[in-house]
Amino acid sequence: MKVRAQFALVFNLDKCIGCHTCSVTCKNVWTNRKGMEYAWWNNVESKPGIGFPKQWENQDKWKGGWKVENGKLELRGGGRASKLLNIFANPDMPEIDDYYEPFTYNYAHLQSAKLSEATPTARPLSQITGETMDKITWGPNWEDHLAGEFAARAVDKNFDGIQKQMYAEFMNTFQTYLPRMCNHCLNPACVAACPSGSLYKREEDGIVLVDQDKCRSWRMCVSACPYKKIFYNWESGKAEKCIGCYPRVESGMPTLCSESCVGRIRYNGVMLYDADKIAEYAATPDDKDMYQAQMNIFLDPNDPQVVEAARTGGIPESWIEAAQKSPIWKMVMDWRIALPMHPEFRTLPMVWYVPPLSPVQSQIDQGNLPTGPDGVIPLRETMRTPVRYLANLLTAGDEKPVVDALNKLIAMRSYQRSVHVEGKAETAALEAAGLTEQQAKDMYRLLAIADYADRFVIPTNHGETRMEDPGGFQGQNGFSFGNDSAVGISLLSLYPKRRKDTAEPKTQPETADKPYF
Amino acid sequence: MSHFLDRLRFFEKTQETFSNNHGIVTNEDRDWEDVYRNRWRHDKVVRSTHGVNCTGGCSWKIFVKNGLVAFEMQQTDYPETRPDMPNHEPRGCQRGASFSWYLYSPHRIRHPLVRGRLVELYRAEKKSGKDPVEAWEAIQKDEDKRKKYTAVRGLGGFVRTSWDEVSEIIAAANVYTIKKYGPDRIFGFSPIPAMSMISYAAGSRYLSLIGGACGSFYDWYCDLPVSSPQVWGEQTDVPESADWFNSTYIIVCGSSIPTTRTPDAHFYTEVRYKGTKVVAMAPDYAEQVKFADLWMQVKQGTDAAVFMAMGHVAIKEFYLQKRDPYFDDYARKYTDLPMLVMLDKFEDCYIPGRYLRASDFNGNMGEANNPEWKTVVYDELSKSYVAPNGSVGFRWGEEGKWNLLPKNSATQAEIKAELSSIESRDNVVPVAFPHYAEDEDGMLARNVPVRTLKLADGREMHVASVFDLMVAQYGIDRGLGGGNVATSYDDESTPYTPAWQEKVTGVKRADVIRTGREFADNASKTCGKSMVILGAAINHWYHNDMSYRSIMNLLHLCGCVGQSGGGWAHYVGQEKLRPQAGWAPIAFALDWHRPPRHMTSTTFWYFHTGQWRYETIKADELMAPNAKAKYRGHTCADYNVVAQRLGWLPSAPHFNKNPLDIVEEATRTGATDEAGIAEHMVDQLKSGELSFAYEDIDNPSNWVRNLIVWRGNLIGCSSKGHEYFLKHLFGAQNGVMQEGTAGKESKEIKWVEQGPTAKLDLMVDINFRLNSTGAYSDIILPTATWYEKNDINTTDMHPFIHPLSEAVKPGWESKSDWKIFQIIAKRFSELAANHLGTRKDVVALPMQHDSPFALAQPLGEVKDWKRGECEPIPGKTLPLLKVVERDYPNTYHKFIALGPLMKKLGNNIKGVDWNTDDEYEHLKHHNGTISEEGVSKGMPSLTDDIHACDAVMRMAPETCGEVAHKAWKAMGKKTGIDHNHLCDSRRDEIITFKDIVAQPRKIITAPTWSGIESHEVSYNAGYTNIHEHIPFRTLTGRAHFYLDHEWIRDFGESFCVYKPPLDMKSHYNMPAKVTGKPHLVLNWITPHSKWGIHSTYQDNLRMLTLFRGGPYVWISEDDAKSVGLKDNDWVEAVNANGATVARTVVSQRVPRGMAIMYHAQEKNVNVPGSPTTGKRGGVLNSVTRTVIKPTHMIGGYAQLSYAFNYMGPVGSNRDEYVVLHKIDDRDVDWLERPLTPEREAAINPPGVGPR
Repeated sequence: MKVRAQFALVFNLDKCIGCHTCSVTCKNVWTNRKGMEYAWWNNVESKPGIGFPKQWENQDKWKGGWKVENGKLELRGGGRASKLLNIFANPDMPEIDDYYEPFTYNYAHLQSAKLSEATPTARPLSQITGETMDKITWGPNWEDHLAGEFAARAVDKNFDGIQKQMYAEFMNTFQTYLPRMCNHCLNPACVAACPSGSLYKREEDGIVLVDQDKCRSWRMCVSACPYKKIFYNWESGKAEKCIGCYPRVESGMPTLCSESCVGRIRYNGVMLYDADKIAEYAATPDDKDMYQAQMNIFLDPNDPQVVEAARTGGIPESWIEAAQKSPIWKMVMDWRIALPMHPEFRTLPMVWYVPPLSPVQSQIDQGNLPTGPDGVIPLRETMRTPVRYLANLLTAGDEKPVVDALNKLIAMRSYQRSVHVEGKAETAALEAAGLTEQQAKDMYRLLAIADYADRFVIPTNHGETRMEDPGGFQGQNGFSFGNDSAVGISLLSLYPKRRKDTAEPKTQPETADKPYF
Repeated sequence: MSHFLDRLRFFEKTQETFSNNHGIVTNEDRDWEDVYRNRWRHDKVVRSTHGVNCTGGCSWKIFVKNGLVAFEMQQTDYPETRPDMPNHEPRGCQRGASFSWYLYSPHRIRHPLVRGRLVELYRAEKKSGKDPVEAWEAIQKDEDKRKKYTAVRGLGGFVRTSWDEVSEIIAAANVYTIKKYGPDRIFGFSPIPAMSMISYAAGSRYLSLIGGACGSFYDWYCDLPVSSPQVWGEQTDVPESADWFNSTYIIVCGSSIPTTRTPDAHFYTEVRYKGTKVVAMAPDYAEQVKFADLWMQVKQGTDAAVFMAMGHVAIKEFYLQKRDPYFDDYARKYTDLPMLVMLDKFEDCYIPGRYLRASDFNGNMGEANNPEWKTVVYDELSKSYVAPNGSVGFRWGEEGKWNLLPKNSATQAEIKAELSSIESRDNVVPVAFPHYAEDEDGMLARNVPVRTLKLADGREMHVASVFDLMVAQYGIDRGLGGGNVATSYDDESTPYTPAWQEKVTGVKRADVIRTGREFADNASKTCGKSMVILGAAINHWYHNDMSYRSIMNLLHLCGCVGQSGGGWAHYVGQEKLRPQAGWAPIAFALDWHRPPRHMTSTTFWYFHTGQWRYETIKADELMAPNAKAKYRGHTCADYNVVAQRLGWLPSAPHFNKNPLDIVEEATRTGATDEAGIAEHMVDQLKSGELSFAYEDIDNPSNWVRNLIVWRGNLIGCSSKGHEYFLKHLFGAQNGVMQEGTAGKESKEIKWVEQGPTAKLDLMVDINFRLNSTGAYSDIILPTATWYEKNDINTTDMHPFIHPLSEAVKPGWESKSDWKIFQIIAKRFSELAANHLGTRKDVVALPMQHDSPFALAQPLGEVKDWKRGECEPIPGKTLPLLKVVERDYPNTYHKFIALGPLMKKLGNNIKGVDWNTDDEYEHLKHHNGTISEEGVSKGMPSLTDDIHACDAVMRMAPETCGEVAHKAWKAMGKKTGIDHNHLCDSRRDEIITFKDIVAQPRKIITAPTWSGIESHEVSYNAGYTNIHEHIPFRTLTGRAHFYLDHEWIRDFGESFCVYKPPLDMKSHYNMPAKVTGKPHLVLNWITPHSKWGIHSTYQDNLRMLTLFRGGPYVWISEDDAKSVGLKDNDWVEAVNANGATVARTVVSQRVPRGMAIMYHAQEKNVNVPGSPTTGKRGGVLNSVTRTVIKPTHMIGGYAQLSYAFNYMGPVGSNRDEYVVLHKIDDRDVDWLERPLTPEREAAINPPGVGPR
């Protein structure tokens, strides 16, 4: 057992209002600059739809993620060796139009225009060429709220195995929002694909990063990531990606997208997992078993053996405690209402999703609407969003975990209704869904009340234990010349690099198992 | 140190492997990670918010780095809600998060701008030796010079100038206008104040000091549901969003919560986990639908029919089949359902007439005070007719009985008001009710149980309770025989059955039966925790009051209003300026002059932009068959003119003469005081010497001359009938596709063959970006953004007060609004010294709601002095005529200090008065006093924006515990009930600006509002009416199902009825080049947008990027297919009002027959030319024209009395249709050529004549 701690997230799709506040705060802080205009580390998609970049989920097209061949895990797009042989040819690479041509406008014209034949308007300009664009034809959220013809949106891979034409009809419309960011996978294809070794997964929190000094713009990571969450900065010539807001997370704050989530759908917390099991479970033969396989990798933070192994492995005590209070653990493992996105990509993603409820279908006679014991809240089978669609998105097509999760949400509602309207606790629905009354109460607290302190359980990073001399760092912190990443070379500086040593001796007492006399 | 050294370590970097060598651990140097850490670092964090016209009221962290704003994030430190409720964090949406983009973008207005041609003319005049006012006069008097700059409005050509020059031009124009035409020809428009109330107050204070008119907004936006004053006598009061979480059954209707209440939407999604059922009623698969348990797909504009049918179910099952005890008790105490109504004879049956009053009985039932204003019930206990406590007659002229305790006023004995006389009726008579659904008889008679009594005048009269009449009106069979009652819910032919509504609305009857039943059942079990969330999508229609009243009826029947978790949650434009009592004196300069000059903007724009000239809707066609119709043949506009002269609604300008000259003339002829001046004016009105300006509105002497817009975007946003604004107000290039002749039919207004153009001498915009308002302005002043000034923000969505604060100094040459208007006031004062001096002004003030003048015109009868039906008496049958002295050279000195009337007259809100001496004295210390010589020396300073903030907060009960104590004490005197327990625990508290900068503070319960702040319940409207027995501010003191005013009866709206949308007829007779090719005729639907708050943010790069990069029109995929339209095709929407061009969004989620153009998409970004008009493709309102409704104009009658933004016609715009057709990409013309003389002369679209 090799216990590792992972910074993980759950997004409750049932609460997502599709507002994109997450995208905006992320863009403002991280990618509001030349070369990254088109990059949305965090984006929100309207489903059904082909998403951003176009058809990212279709690995027949992009060949991202892993595959199992002869029982062995291999990058679908070819391993590092085969890539190096064809290093200048990368056919699986999205082009700018697969994202969109980033644009701005000639705003200055509104104030500076001379007398004209008509009221001045600010026309779009390409942020790449600076030229006027006649017509904007795509954007990072082109399909918002089901915009665009059904036939175009229905190319959505999640329709696989579904008679989709009936969902084109107005009265059969269904929709869900899908917020996405880097999944900071346990088995990241991007890291494996990089010829320069510039991507790495941080040992302390599992955040996956591209070393901006080392990146040599091969862009193999862009192709390898099945979620298409690595972006090529055309100005710096480096790959960039969601950094899990480590400058915030290290200080115990949620990611920007999570804290700014006004729908309060995002949860941040710690999960413990057995790093030694990755290769085995990621190579589980059947795609449909991948959800369960990933569950098997997680370690119970309350299991004394796990705790002991974690301590031995150097995981700080506060991280173990955080894992024990983890909202992620509750939703993923305890209640099983959160599911991974496209586990069949085999990267073992660490952003999990609670599936959405939806209104009842139109074709059901509402007068005889099937409902739970409360007589009011409709049953899951009557809802508009096809379970198969959600299963294709979240469980490689296996409907049961999705059905179970939705039933639990409905049972919780039904139970709570009996308490709040009838004044007595009716637990029949809970029993049928496999929930205890206490679990239903805990679920209600985490999903409905959703206190900040319950949504975000994030320990600070214990940098003091990894640094040779945190006291030295305290004084030196922040003193550096800029440009310490772009070209890979730092100039000589009046300021030393982080001071390794302060003057004071640092000898600590010996541990008890050593002789102390 | 070179990173090259790292590279040398490459071969030793692997420290260990794991997972069977699948993973590796390295020990590489990770210092590069500081790059992103440095991006996140910042120098300070400041609390501010966005003063945009939005109910969000969200607290934000503004991150400042190197003296620049770097980015923003929501604050998460609101005080906590109660246990077992979600907290208010984070608050703030995608739009707010994108605001910082504006600060440093090229869109930012950095310097004062002026129309090049105007400043050229002005400088030339000044060069010739004229002073500023003379220079302005010289330009205005020369038609050619004037046209030189007015005709190029909107066509670019701005130049940069100095603050000195622009403030001088504005001041000169104001002085000239006051002198020549009168101060009531100067108009200011700024949207709802609550979100940046000091910035609003800046402009309104200046205008109020000089006598300019401030325009209303709530009614003009059509966000004011007139049903609210009609039913409750409240402008509107609503539950805070947290109260949704207390509900256990929610119907959402016409409000897209995720889109427009983004920071609050979580309460809506979260309450479902509490077991609350959510039903979404929407014509499209709108964003709120996703969260619902049931989607009721309703045809747009027909919502009233659905709710009437649900009411039908609730009444039948919970009042008739069984009697729900909770509903029964509620209905008797808090609604007018037990009130008795007299039945008038109509043909061979009866119709409901006016309420029975104490004055109808011998000896006035012992009521000496206001017996005509005291309504009557039948008491089951004493078996007699009694006047119960609480009607409006008890509010004025006596004390202690204005309450909702179930008591006989005469004896104060306990009563039980009878709901129905069916068990002990004297008779059963047929009563006819008007109906408006297509293919139905206009009047349907149904049998009603009645009591019969003899009145004081000897007449024998049938009376029926409102309840008995209402049951009949809902078409429910009570076994009394007669026709027109429903045989069952499946009876399609009887109005208001579930089956009948299915024909009208498309909603399945089973859904309606089930939902109606569940809604009532839930309310019965929880004592009213059933809620309807409703908003713009049902309120922006002409007959919005019918949709709203159908919902209010259901809520009152189920005892939901005033109960936490229940009731009426109206969310559109319903801002709550919480410290209103402290703010109003500063905003309207009531500390120096009373009354201010207010104006209903709908009236104002309808007339001044000439829209009345094009009216296609005939008032006669809207009347009920039983109408008395004294004004038959009158146009909608005529009704408004009548309403002005009867003292119901305000006017600006008031009269056909300069009000300063009117007073001077009266004084010259011997008048010595206000009464004498009024007398002189009455004589002149009678003789015709003096007349109301609106009777000759196109006369140049009655034009609006100066317009100042600040904090808003009137022209690109709320200008329903946008192209008429361009044509008539500005004299600019416009797209009006017709020549107006319909106004000729007016009975009250002088018809001028050539409609006037370019009425405005000067248009000023104060803004941080250049939108359509700026584009048409003559002067644009750069204002501070919301991160660059200090101000206060409140909303009704949460109970907190919090600040905007200055994170960085105003950028470039921009200044806060508070400073800008001081600059203008200063220059104005200087010029006024030579040109104006001290003058006396007369303000024509309508009979105000919440004042004794609301009892001006008894019994709901209309008496028109001009028709000889009565004498013109100010304050009775004519507006009050109030004289105000204007010491013009002291305008600036007055602006910067809190004036003496706060001590002399005290303060008040909604008819409750108190002394505010202590607060005034305290402010001298807190703010410091004015040291400059002048009228305000020694008075509390308002020089800085923070002074104004603190003055507001000190004088308001919501932010000063002692003031709350005084206000509640005064209220208790009226009701005879001690209410002070509501604020006692906070009596010591004084909330200052510094406090709210530290953390938002929860406000203190005040009589300004109908809900309370407490640790027990969330804020909910009507709470004190139910729990403190404070009457609704209505005629009966109860919530009204019935309205008995003559005009309401004329238009068939005494009871709520279903009325179909109007046919505006503007999509007929389109040019052949449009109709000769494939096209669609679509209902023009304009919901609030996801990517903007009105027009703000719609031009923000982030928001543009996150959808389609410019204006767009959503249409149904099936409709698109039928005419070969593809997603993202350019389209033109056109009708008689004009044309707009956008790209189309084709989507399955839109039903056939409608085009959705989200609100306030305008033409400043990415809009090509219109092939039909030849002008820049328009804004969303280029194809709309507003229509006004006579029933919204009533005044002087209890709750139907005027107050600012409370009563008046509303600017509806959703009944409109357009013709939509494709523009090929190759035919797109961006119209970017220079202006030619020919083009300059071609103001109208091709083929449209000079009118």
